[in-house]
Amino acid sequence: MYDGRKILLGLVIFLIAVTFPFWFSWVNDKSGFVPEPKLPEGEENCVESAEYMKALHMDLLNQWRNAVVRDGRRVYVSSSGNRYEISLTGTCLGCHSNKAEFCDQCHDYVGANPFCWDCHIDTSASRGEGK
Amino acid sequence: MDESKRGFLKIAGCSVLGVLGAAGMRTATDVGPGGKAVESSTTLNGKKWGMVVDSQRCLEKEGCTACIEACHRIHNVPSIADPKEEVKWVWKEPFEHSFPTQAHQYTKASLNEKPVLVFCNHCENPPCVRVCPTQATWKREEDGIVMMDQHRCIGCRYCMVACPYGSRSFNWQDPRNALQGGINPEYPTRTKGVVEKCNFCAERLAKGQEPACVEACRKSAGAGALLFGDLEDPESEVSKLLSERYSIQRKPGLGTKPQVYYLV
Repeated sequence: MYDGRKILLGLVIFLIAVTFPFWFSWVNDKSGFVPEPKLPEGEENCVESAEYMKALHMDLLNQWRNAVVRDGRRVYVSSSGNRYEISLTGTCLGCHSNKAEFCDQCHDYVGANPFCWDCHIDTSASRGEGK
Repeated sequence: MDESKRGFLKIAGCSVLGVLGAAGMRTATDVGPGGKAVESSTTLNGKKWGMVVDSQRCLEKEGCTACIEACHRIHNVPSIADPKEEVKWVWKEPFEHSFPTQAHQYTKASLNEKPVLVFCNHCENPPCVRVCPTQATWKREEDGIVMMDQHRCIGCRYCMVACPYGSRSFNWQDPRNALQGGINPEYPTRTKGVVEKCNFCAERLAKGQEPACVEACRKSAGAGALLFGDLEDPESEVSKLLSERYSIQRKPGLGTKPQVYYLV
């Protein structure tokens, strides 16, 4: 093998570089990190079931946005028959009062960057909590 | 390839498995039907909302800005001094500018400079709606309000060119930096790069409240120069006023059919 030593050295460096994310998080003891959104205390139910919200909250928010802005329908009747005012700042943040401890937990983890808060008001930030 | 048939069958088999797997994943996210959105029971219903400005009464209280302040505070309208970047929903415009077809060379000089309260006219034939490429602005068929969907606005500013009344403002900068009076959490701000304008307080009508400017004007002593109501309802205050007194519209010759009327 010509230049076997150089090739092997190159391969070792390559493998170290490629596996960087794995051993870096292992060294820093962050392997197996799971985001833990903090649920509001004293609240049992969201507007829909937890499974529904986990899977489809973004669809629901889109549906809410179109209902209010385009059709002027401002009340949400949930599948269980409860009525809620459709409002991101009012209803969602009314319970999930700390955006940094709830929304941002998973969004940061998966690198999702929704631009809701460019316009909608994060009341936890204006109270000086969160970021 | 030597084994083209064999290879093809392998790939085909894997693809079928993959599609079936994806279908299985899809059923895993099937979590029930969800609910539906309905109209609030408190909504004020009108067939054609309109505004009447009693200009004489408005002028009686010189320097009064109660309506402007109320509107801009409630809707988080930033106050930016630079006229090139300013944002406004309600403002005062000198008579000769707001009614250029009424002013002539012999108009009383003092009248030409008199401020007239102006806002979006919520035209029956809105040119801004015609030009909007994304339908971010549209006319609500049920009550005639020219609405603005900030989610859809791409900031092209065609509507600003089309509007003959200058009723639309563009956010050249982040409006949150110019909200000195604090932010009203009840209403969103806008973001840099979108166009905004008066919405006849659609969000307040949905709660059964009259527009913020009308309420502020009614509450400020000796005023009541702003009236709001359903023009299709012959019993409404605005319809009665318009049938009893002489009124004018801004630039009626353009055919936009403004729904803001000025008593003179």
